[in-house]
Amino acid sequence: MSAADTNAVAEAMPAALAMPAALPGPLVGLTVVELASEHGAFAGKLLADLGADVVLVEPPGGHHTRAFEPFLDDRPGPERSLWWWHYNTSKRGIVLDLQSPQGAASFARLVADADVVLEAEPPDRLVGLGLDHPQLRAAHEELIWVSITPFGRAAGLPRRNELATDLTVLAAGGPVWNCGYDDHTLPPVRGGGNQGYQTACLWAVSSALAAVLQRELSGRGQHCDVSMHAAANVTTEAGSYEWLVANATVQRQTGRHAATVVTQFTRTTGTDGIDIHTGFPPRSVAEYQGVIDWLDELGARDEFADIVLLEMAVERGGVQLWELASDPLAMEMFGAGRDAFIFIAQRLGAYEFFHGSQQRGLACAVILAPEEVFEDEHYRARGFPVDVEHPELGRAFTYPGAPFLMPASPWRIGSRAPLLGEHQHLVDFADEKG
Amino acid sequence: MARSRALEHLRICDFTGQLAGAGATRFLAAFGAEVIRVEDPVRQGMWDILRGVPPYVDERRGLDLGGGFNNHNVEKYGITLNLRKEAAREILRELIAISDVVTENFAAGVLARMGFPYDELRRIKPDIVYVSNCGFGHTGPYQTYKTWGPIVQAMCGLTFSSGLPDMPSAGWGFSYMDHHGGNFMAIAIMCGLIHRNRTGEGQWIDMACTEAGATLNGPALLDFTVNGRRMRRPGMPNSNHSQFPAMAPHNIYATDGDDNWVAISCRDDADWIALAKVVGEPWTADVRFASPDGRLADEAELDGRLATWCRSLERHAVAADLQAVGVPAAAVARPQERVDLDPNTAAWGLWPTVSHREMGDVQVDGLPVHFSETDWVLERGAPCLGEHTEEILVRLLGRTPAEVASLHAEGVL
Repeated sequence: MSAADTNAVAEAMPAALAMPAALPGPLVGLTVVELASEHGAFAGKLLADLGADVVLVEPPGGHHTRAFEPFLDDRPGPERSLWWWHYNTSKRGIVLDLQSPQGAASFARLVADADVVLEAEPPDRLVGLGLDHPQLRAAHEELIWVSITPFGRAAGLPRRNELATDLTVLAAGGPVWNCGYDDHTLPPVRGGGNQGYQTACLWAVSSALAAVLQRELSGRGQHCDVSMHAAANVTTEAGSYEWLVANATVQRQTGRHAATVVTQFTRTTGTDGIDIHTGFPPRSVAEYQGVIDWLDELGARDEFADIVLLEMAVERGGVQLWELASDPLAMEMFGAGRDAFIFIAQRLGAYEFFHGSQQRGLACAVILAPEEVFEDEHYRARGFPVDVEHPELGRAFTYPGAPFLMPASPWRIGSRAPLLGEHQHLVDFADEKG
Repeated sequence: MARSRALEHLRICDFTGQLAGAGATRFLAAFGAEVIRVEDPVRQGMWDILRGVPPYVDERRGLDLGGGFNNHNVEKYGITLNLRKEAAREILRELIAISDVVTENFAAGVLARMGFPYDELRRIKPDIVYVSNCGFGHTGPYQTYKTWGPIVQAMCGLTFSSGLPDMPSAGWGFSYMDHHGGNFMAIAIMCGLIHRNRTGEGQWIDMACTEAGATLNGPALLDFTVNGRRMRRPGMPNSNHSQFPAMAPHNIYATDGDDNWVAISCRDDADWIALAKVVGEPWTADVRFASPDGRLADEAELDGRLATWCRSLERHAVAADLQAVGVPAAAVARPQERVDLDPNTAAWGLWPTVSHREMGDVQVDGLPVHFSETDWVLERGAPCLGEHTEEILVRLLGRTPAEVASLHAEGVL
């Protein structure tokens, strides 16, 4: 898109969605104490980027996720982990040894002034340290305490002490069963990107916010016990409810929804080698006519064998989904629409097909690699790439931006992830106050 | 029937549907918010394509009998308004005036064309929180383009990043971003309410599901912006292995029987030593496998060895033996195993039974959190089309049953 086009889009933007200057985020004034963790870091990031004051507590020597790949210039180092950078934006960082009496006391004093504690410790660790929510909430009834554990913290949960990684959570919790290829000799697939952890973290954040809204009513906080395994279990769409409702088992299919029946392929490749999701075939008269016109524009009408079926579909007023099971001709016309789509897609570059299809009212997609969102005009026009200063490096880097536009109280990365012990003065302050 | 009292002070005028929108107000309804679905009687609510589609509890079919629709709309009220008529628009204005939030996930611009753009919403209720959610949002060059879950996932990188090496991407076998569209939207709604409660100010929050989805590949995105490394490269995606952090072995292995699998991940040397002891075969003593770097360098051979070991074993036994020595492992669970046979989901109460007027008692997804003081409650099934029209108009909007009857006769409801 040209600069002139971008300006035209900006001018057409509703005034209510124009992003103003530096307003505070929606959670400004909310203080959160977060124990650094692999499983819960994304929840803390969401709260912090939405304006909460999140104090991240690391053990002496730094949390082990500082050693997680990838690294700046591929060289490991405690301040070079891009995993750490991404998941800890907008937080302030301190170091406390919770196993020492002094560190435990400092933690308790910080919590005494906090609205929310966020932790993903093993289920019994904090009990053993005398720092669990029953003790700390007893003196501070407004406190909201959010726990994230593999299987839940409550006593009596049979699997509460099982260990988990993102892979095993998604395997035990259902999403893996749904994902993979038509060829079932190939293993089912874990979706990439630590989605098991992130799924639990989204629930942790929505729970924290619900508890904040509830507290406005009652004046009381509470414990929110989030289970990663339960979160995965309710993130399988029909995988669970096909069984719950009809005792039917979905089966995985390449690039499509796992289902109780085998569905038609929805994938092809453009002339540039980029994969395309062909979306849903035409059904309405306008959609069929759009496809015929498109074939004509491409001068390819004569090469597409089933053009007659497309024209018949226009004449009969389109095809209804409910007709497919009982009307063989409707099924043929429906299939011809899909074939025409794939026929066209294979003659165009992926973006060319995407725009051509969408401009004719038919949903489809380019299968973008993650990094390609930074190059796509949609994401750029809406300000998705954001630059974050790393003053100690004298450089700024581009980060993924807001999950939603919230003009009166915008999402924002307030600062890059904390250096080890960068805000240690917060401990002294709390201790003096205590 | 009981209701959670956590958010009983909130009322949502709700136009959402499918899962990407309905999931958001489902969360609020589970905690007791009064969520009022507004549906179109002329199209019989079929804008929400899940109304009336499988699975079904029995041989009956109909727009009130879809299993997915029931799952996503528990604890909500449902009313019908024919907004083509001024009398219905007036009723909607009255409802908005007593609501905290208006939610929708129509294609961009649809609610405005129905006569209710944000400027009109805030004229009716100055501090209204309006949350719109569609694939590409209400601004930008793709705002007229259409999406649903798999389209969103393809356009935000999540499809590409899921798959086996040297294969086309597998993507997600369900609308993952419908779930998280709903989850992010719930967060947006509550952020809007928290801001309003502090400042007195409402706003229009516009969510593009593609952008919410693109935030879920963070480390890979920074590997590109900082190091210039693209995931579009040979050997990728490779999502059964672990890149961020790197660890090996880390994969899904076939076990005894048909389509049976176990997931194993070794986080560090301690896990490897424990795993090697359980396997107890000479190859585990190979010095190349003694360090993380060595295991990663020969990951293919390591995977092959471990795959051979797993192939004749029972998947739950493998997982149990490895868990017993502190190694994360889990059988790939089938739906029945998760729903009917897992003692943990049962103890959690993860599959509550709701009562639906037509479907009867049906189990649905519960919530993966428990609150110690004001927990969620799911007892009511999704509303049948217009099930609560009279109740809401009488209880909240001061109409009499006779007036409601004549509005029905006039085609307003």
